[in-house]
Amino acid sequence: MRAAVVTFPGSNCDRDLAVAFERAGFAVDRVWHKDTALPEGVDVVGLPGGFSFGDYLRCGAIAARAPVMAAVGAHAARGGFVLGICNGFQVLVETGLLPGALMRNAGLKFICRSEGLVVGDADSAFTSGYAPGAVITVPIAHHDGNYTADADTLDRLEGEGRVAFRYARNPNGSARDIAGVLSENRRVLGMMPHPERVVDPVQGGTDGAALFAGLAGVLAAA
Amino acid sequence: MKARVTVMLKAGVLDPQGEAVRHALGALGFSGVEGVRQGKVIELDLADGTTETTVTEMCEKLLANTVIESYRVEVL
Repeated sequence: MRAAVVTFPGSNCDRDLAVAFERAGFAVDRVWHKDTALPEGVDVVGLPGGFSFGDYLRCGAIAARAPVMAAVGAHAARGGFVLGICNGFQVLVETGLLPGALMRNAGLKFICRSEGLVVGDADSAFTSGYAPGAVITVPIAHHDGNYTADADTLDRLEGEGRVAFRYARNPNGSARDIAGVLSENRRVLGMMPHPERVVDPVQGGTDGAALFAGLAGVLAAA
Repeated sequence: MKARVTVMLKAGVLDPQGEAVRHALGALGFSGVEGVRQGKVIELDLADGTTETTVTEMCEKLLANTVIESYRVEVL
């Protein structure tokens, strides 16, 4: 199993994400934003948190047009897995690989704390390590995590079971408490909370480990 | 030539920053501010002959996120 973690200028969770993949059994390649191809045999691409390109213009907007993203788009189009966390989620909506947009938090403050997440009934590799409805504790750290989409899109996401995670107590004004959404083929997940920050007891929690382990399990069985 | 692109949140999209500015104006004693919408202005220095169509393409591809934002192009 191979994972590729992309680094943009200003990414700061790339190493943590690589470690989380490694602990779940992945061989990890690190990829630079100017690369025009992904390494051979990559199963999952990780887009990390941080402040790519200083959040200039809009969070994730410039990273979404970086050379490597054409290769990530082609990987997704082939049915490859993509996991975007925090800034990585913002990049995914800016590329159009996921619907909606992430706006400034409703309370205007940067929020950095642990939040309860309810696992959706999504049938996906990313959530396969959790029981539907389970409540897990995962940190958030963002200024622009207020998920927005038009009512039709929100209805479709809910109707198709593509809401992977919801906030137990909405911290940022996100529509319908959405914390993470899946693509139509359920192989692209974007989420604002940071599962890679809770994969080891020394980090203060391990509730994120099952996301990486669940994905590894599905890939190993395939 | 120059072009000016004005990017605004679409009508119906809540603007928390504009709302905060509205509250602050009220706190300063300016009554009657019924709404504030905050956007951005992007000025482009362009080679002569650049068409408005090209600027529109720039808006669609990068300058605006058309999921939540609308834009207006003025060639100056």
